[in-house]
Amino acid sequence: MIETRTLPTRYVTHPGEIKTSSGKTLRTDEMIINMGPQHPSTHGVLRLEVVLDGEIVVDVIPHIGYLHRCFEKHAEHMTNYQQVIPYCDRMDYLASMNNDWGYALAVERLMKIEVPPRVEYIRVIMAELQRIASHLIAIGTYGIDMGAFTPFLWCFRDRERILDLFEMTCGARLLYNYIWVGGLSHDLPPGFVEKAKDFCAYFKPNIKELNDVLSYNEIFVKRTANVGVLPADVAINYACSGPTLRASGVNFDLRRDEPYGVYDKFEWDVIVGKGEMGTVGDCWDRYMVRVWEMEQSVRIIEQALAQLPEGNVQAAIPKRIRPDAGEIYVRTESPRGELGFYIVSDGSGTPYRIKARSPAFVNLSVLPEISRGCMLADLVAIVGSIDIVLGEVDR
Amino acid sequence: MTAEEIVQLLQSHFGDAIVESKFDVPQPFVVVDSKRMKEVAFVLRDDEALQFDYCSCISGVDYNDGRLGAIYHLYSTVHRHKIVLKAFCTKENPHIQSVAAVWGGANWHEREAYDLIGIIFDEHPDLRRILLPYDWEGYPLRKDYKVPEFYNGMKVPY
Repeated sequence: MIETRTLPTRYVTHPGEIKTSSGKTLRTDEMIINMGPQHPSTHGVLRLEVVLDGEIVVDVIPHIGYLHRCFEKHAEHMTNYQQVIPYCDRMDYLASMNNDWGYALAVERLMKIEVPPRVEYIRVIMAELQRIASHLIAIGTYGIDMGAFTPFLWCFRDRERILDLFEMTCGARLLYNYIWVGGLSHDLPPGFVEKAKDFCAYFKPNIKELNDVLSYNEIFVKRTANVGVLPADVAINYACSGPTLRASGVNFDLRRDEPYGVYDKFEWDVIVGKGEMGTVGDCWDRYMVRVWEMEQSVRIIEQALAQLPEGNVQAAIPKRIRPDAGEIYVRTESPRGELGFYIVSDGSGTPYRIKARSPAFVNLSVLPEISRGCMLADLVAIVGSIDIVLGEVDR
Repeated sequence: MTAEEIVQLLQSHFGDAIVESKFDVPQPFVVVDSKRMKEVAFVLRDDEALQFDYCSCISGVDYNDGRLGAIYHLYSTVHRHKIVLKAFCTKENPHIQSVAAVWGGANWHEREAYDLIGIIFDEHPDLRRILLPYDWEGYPLRKDYKVPEFYNGMKVPY
């Protein structure tokens, strides 16, 4: 019989007593409150069990799983490797392109498929557009968390233009099913390149505008600088990735350090946090890394559009994908960090086991570590700065 | 360091705790004794030449032959090399030593493997279900899992 541990852990509080000036004795104790699952600043259905001593956070216990849709179980029950891709779309619904690419790349590496160069370029363009769109949401909603409403509307206005580009390409605005194993569902529509170039030209000045109104805003800086500091060694120990890791001063980006696609053909910089407004690895750094990453993404898109080769958009692959028995772990850089797919194949047409290592899941696990001792109001700033998408945390 | 060198170094440290290694696959792996996982992990993290400080992913797998496995994907941000560890246990006695004390990131991955596959990680600080409700019965990603007809007395419609 397997032992089962089903009950949640209970936090043991520390009751105490204080004497008032009139000589009375008052009982004091820590308080446990729930933040979420329905709370506007948890960015989805996340429940944080917060232990408070007055307004100071003593401990945070995240409870996740409210959005668990059994991605891994579903994937094992598909009849075909391609059918998993729409489910990947729905994991991180703000960065579907990156998810599709991560999965498609894993299957391609497992089967040793080479995709045509045009496919690689289009994938880079799509992934970087998606990165901007995803960061825009992160920045906009973070502004809302901190009480700035205007940047939120600006971010959504710009994101709409990216979604228009996606809609033009594959008909969908949120869940694309565009990147397939061995290529793409179809080629770029006529006029896409011009429209994408227009977008880049339009978007670049907007970053400066955003900085003026939000990033260097006195109130915003006061709320985020020196709050929730994540030191580099803790970030690495907790396997944080993406902007959360880079903001702590760790110069690590899978696009550069383990190049996939054609990222090695472009000139761009990896952004790391410098502690400009306070300490390295604080909430402001995590926010600001995203802002500057958008600029780098625009650089990549411009170069990719200029070099875009002609050619086929599907590699010659068998109609039914049957990888040889084996396993592979492939990781890619999604807007939130290291998105890994571990695929075990038994040689049949369905995956034997797929594990998705979602960056938001791992980044969230560091939350208790960095929020102990902060104020309750700062907890909102910290949760927002990690940029979680609960669809991906729970899968 | 190449995978061969890493395995040699581990073997010189631990001898029989390193059960098996395989290099002729795309991602070489080492099978470690599931009862000595933690000491191996500490050396992997702290040895000057190894410094595997980044535990990317831990995945539980049911091999459908009575074995369960935990697969650890490690990476070193200092030396930029990689290795895959594997630890196996049986379905009747699904115990593997936890490495949550070594890598903080392993904590939630191990909870997930416990939740979905049913591997019990000994010495884990807070081993409880993470994605499924606390009162869920069974481990859904096991190959012999039967989807329950009832949940808390309520019929599950399909």
